[in-house]
Amino acid sequence: MKFYLRLFTINLKSQMQYKMSFWMTSLGQFVTAFTSFFSIQFIFMQVDAVDQFTYGQVLLCFSVIMMAFSIGEALGGGLASFSYIVNSGNFDRMLIRPRNIIMQIIIPHMDLTRIGLLVQGIIVICLAIPLSGISWNIGKAILLIAMIICGTILFFCLFLIKATVSFFTIESLDFLNIFTYGARQFGRYPLSAYGPKVLWLLTFCVPLALIQYYPLLYLTDRGSSLWYFCAPFLSLIFAFPCYLFFRIGLRSYKSAGS
Amino acid sequence: MKVYFSLLRIRVINGLQYRAVAIGSILSRFAWGLMEILAFYALHRTNGTKFVMTFSETVSYIWMQQALFILFQVVYSDREIVTAINDGSIAYELVRPIKLYNSWFVQCMANRISPTLLNCMPVLIIAAFVVPKYRIHFPPFLNLMLFLISTILALAVVVALALLMHISMFYTTSPRGIRIIVTAMTTFFSGGIIPLPYFPEPVLKIVEILPFASMQSTPLLIYSGLVTNMEAVQGIGLQCIWLLILIATGMFLMNRTLSRVVVQGG
Repeated sequence: MKFYLRLFTINLKSQMQYKMSFWMTSLGQFVTAFTSFFSIQFIFMQVDAVDQFTYGQVLLCFSVIMMAFSIGEALGGGLASFSYIVNSGNFDRMLIRPRNIIMQIIIPHMDLTRIGLLVQGIIVICLAIPLSGISWNIGKAILLIAMIICGTILFFCLFLIKATVSFFTIESLDFLNIFTYGARQFGRYPLSAYGPKVLWLLTFCVPLALIQYYPLLYLTDRGSSLWYFCAPFLSLIFAFPCYLFFRIGLRSYKSAGS
Repeated sequence: MKVYFSLLRIRVINGLQYRAVAIGSILSRFAWGLMEILAFYALHRTNGTKFVMTFSETVSYIWMQQALFILFQVVYSDREIVTAINDGSIAYELVRPIKLYNSWFVQCMANRISPTLLNCMPVLIIAAFVVPKYRIHFPPFLNLMLFLISTILALAVVVALALLMHISMFYTTSPRGIRIIVTAMTTFFSGGIIPLPYFPEPVLKIVEILPFASMQSTPLLIYSGLVTNMEAVQGIGLQCIWLLILIATGMFLMNRTLSRVVVQGG
């Protein structure tokens, strides 16, 4: 644990070496999130609900996804450099070290500039909590936190899948972006808005709806079933096939560099 | 002129080689388009009459936008240019008897044209055969012509702005932040996230005359059939004005920068 902490501090220090660059990039992330926020704002200046969800509730969706995405990407986004590590042969060096391989990859590549997105998410959630018209209680507060945490894990898993694919192919797969960057974009509306087929896909294949739509039903008192409350926790099951996929990828790994 | 044309041709052919990547991006463009359309369908289902743009116009707008996605990217991996600035190989470029601004201009254009050539037809074909509700419509011939002219101008405006960004990289060692900010601003103000007619009236009045609107909004709105022919011609006029301003600024800054550029290393 101490070792990982040290690795993390080194990473933090190295990113902070270029302060200007760090803050510019963070600002960039913030501006990116801001444009998404404005697109919701502009739409809601003309309508008052999407699929029966009000402005405040949509903002809640938006901020939960934004926060989960920002932390998930800060942790897992660095996995994108995985294909370079594999191609350059540095991966072999990591394999012989007596530490967890995933930790060795993610800690030095953690992208802390995602704080820009996170800050935006926090601001919007502070706006959304009173606006959403939800009668808050302890259970609902726990559920909201669970949505964010489980969402973070889910996004991390998606980035892990994307990285694992580079064991099998040297081309990066654009298509998988739809589940990462796409989810950030489309998660701003409750996922039921996209119709039952998409909702089904996002429930049983890539369980994004489990951290967004179903808990939202519980929060807004549209459904009081315990299933809705448990949904974020059920999404964690997704981590098992992801990890398995990663192990399979690891086993079929053949060194590529020197 | 001929030398720039051959440069363009070589680059386009070079870019056409990566077909596997193309299939991936076609699929993802299709999925993005579909999700966008479903989102707008949800909006129109709830409150259809409130918007200036009808649902079928929005559908055409989005499909065409996805088909021409890369064409309108200001921040796109113009790798040769970025490396040339970073590793100093720009020195070689400067020795060549061609104008650097012009050769970069055609390079940037080619970088965007070749993936678009591969992507646009499959995406459009799929878009023409999905269920009728979500199907792209084809405009009358005159609109199509205006759309083509406007698209070419839009590409030129995009590239002119991209070059301004590249020139700024002579002055900074950390282009990442700038690239992210430019991506966010251009995407938003050019109607990349939501089409400009979905903006509220007072905001739209300002955004319409900014150079960003000339980048993808103008051609896509002409295609979708939302604007009248008169408005289309006006839009094209505005594109020309912005194109001239951006090119003039770019050339001026390029000359100024190159007169004092210091190449380190050898």
